[in-house]
Amino acid sequence: MNEILNRIAQCVEFGKINKTSPYPPGMKDQDGADELTRRALESGVKPDEILENALIPAMANVGNKFSKKEIYVPQMLMSAKAMNSAMAHLKPFFQSGETKRKGKFIIGTVSGDLHDIGKNLVAMMIEGGGWEVIDLGVDAGAEKFLKALDEHSDAIVGLSALLTTTMENMKKIVTAIKEKYPASKILIGGAPVTKEYCEKIGADFYSPDPQGAVNYLKQLVS
Amino acid sequence: MQTVLKGKTSEVTINTNGPVIIIGECINPTRRKKLVSTLQKGNFEYVLELAENQIKAGAYVLDVNVGFPGVDDVKLLPETVLAIKGKFDIPLCLDSPNPKAIEAALKAAGGKCLINSVNGEEKSLNALLHIAKEYGAALIGLTMDENGITGDPEKRLAIAEKILERAVKAGIKEEDVIIDPLAMAVSSDSKACIVTLETIRLVHQQLGLNITMGASNISFGLPGREDLNSSFISLAIFNGLTCPIANPEKITASVRASDLILGRDDFAVRFVEYFQGRM
Repeated sequence: MNEILNRIAQCVEFGKINKTSPYPPGMKDQDGADELTRRALESGVKPDEILENALIPAMANVGNKFSKKEIYVPQMLMSAKAMNSAMAHLKPFFQSGETKRKGKFIIGTVSGDLHDIGKNLVAMMIEGGGWEVIDLGVDAGAEKFLKALDEHSDAIVGLSALLTTTMENMKKIVTAIKEKYPASKILIGGAPVTKEYCEKIGADFYSPDPQGAVNYLKQLVS
Repeated sequence: MQTVLKGKTSEVTINTNGPVIIIGECINPTRRKKLVSTLQKGNFEYVLELAENQIKAGAYVLDVNVGFPGVDDVKLLPETVLAIKGKFDIPLCLDSPNPKAIEAALKAAGGKCLINSVNGEEKSLNALLHIAKEYGAALIGLTMDENGITGDPEKRLAIAEKILERAVKAGIKEEDVIIDPLAMAVSSDSKACIVTLETIRLVHQQLGLNITMGASNISFGLPGREDLNSSFISLAIFNGLTCPIANPEKITASVRASDLILGRDDFAVRFVEYFQGRM
């Protein structure tokens, strides 16, 4: 059993989606995360085990390598695709409640800002950390975040901004969320964002990279 | 087609047949935290240092963006413009999402500025076209609209056409519309740059306008950023890019090389001059 979990983890870490995918070239013609996850479930491996012992550690390795600049955005996206192909097999168990995720995470790029790469990287890393992610997309204002919180009031919130000119909107959104949901936790990030700015606007956490966000969430529920 | 921009007495002509004119990108607080801290204190020395370094490195126009949280850019943008104008005679590209800040800066700048930017959204066109007309400014039109950013070059061309049509209707000269085909990071979408290159080709061939773009972000999330940027800029110039917004300290060599290769630099005068100046 450990062997198949290790193989799934390998596929996720190096971005092997399925057998027909030509990437990475070194794993050509081998089974990918898709086939291996299906086979693992068929052979009786619990979905929890796949999530905890294959997907989460693999994505943590990806996040740490990215933080150390050992890999780059395209490699992360390959890993995310492989992770998604494995997650697709776990979705029915999430829906039935048989497999529980660690919690919910609402994320969006703030109003006026259309940059989605950073937001997407954080979203996929957090999903790979075992969380359910509600992605509000780009150009999301306070109203959108509040509406999502009305539906998932226990969710943690993440705000992303790339521009100094749109970063201001983080403040408005944080203020609006804290007014209605004072107990909520909000983390922020993006190129111009700093720890000082995070404190100034009353957000709870700043992370300079996706893995930092995952670690923060982990610490919240531990 | 020629777009003429003016400083106090200086004049810069951007010609659709080249040579390429670099618009210096460095006066922008995104990724430059020192700029925020100095501007917050009303200290313009760092702005002037950035201006000088860029001019020395080959910028013919300077982009000026002073947007950061808490700033009153209706006040700060014209103040920054005046500080630059006091020391350098160079045309400016006024960069703000706030039409009031743009208008205040146009008033302060005089000459003939470039507005950065309008896009195909009604709200944007309605807010800025009449200001550009009133102050005789040229403007950059981003090829995006209410529906966001499309990955289809033909649709980006259609937005460029719409902006041009509306600008001309507002009394702006055709040559004063410069199109930005939008350059996105190739790390998250391997087709991102080819879409931009194709849009440049279409706008160049069908509208014959000058073309700009922010040329440094395509390499986000990848190693070898400078190599990637310089390859991209050469291909873009070949397709019709004429006035990139970039860091001249990093891109001028590739730009001069491209002009030389495209037969726009007789006796390699500008190319050699650039390297002699660096020895």
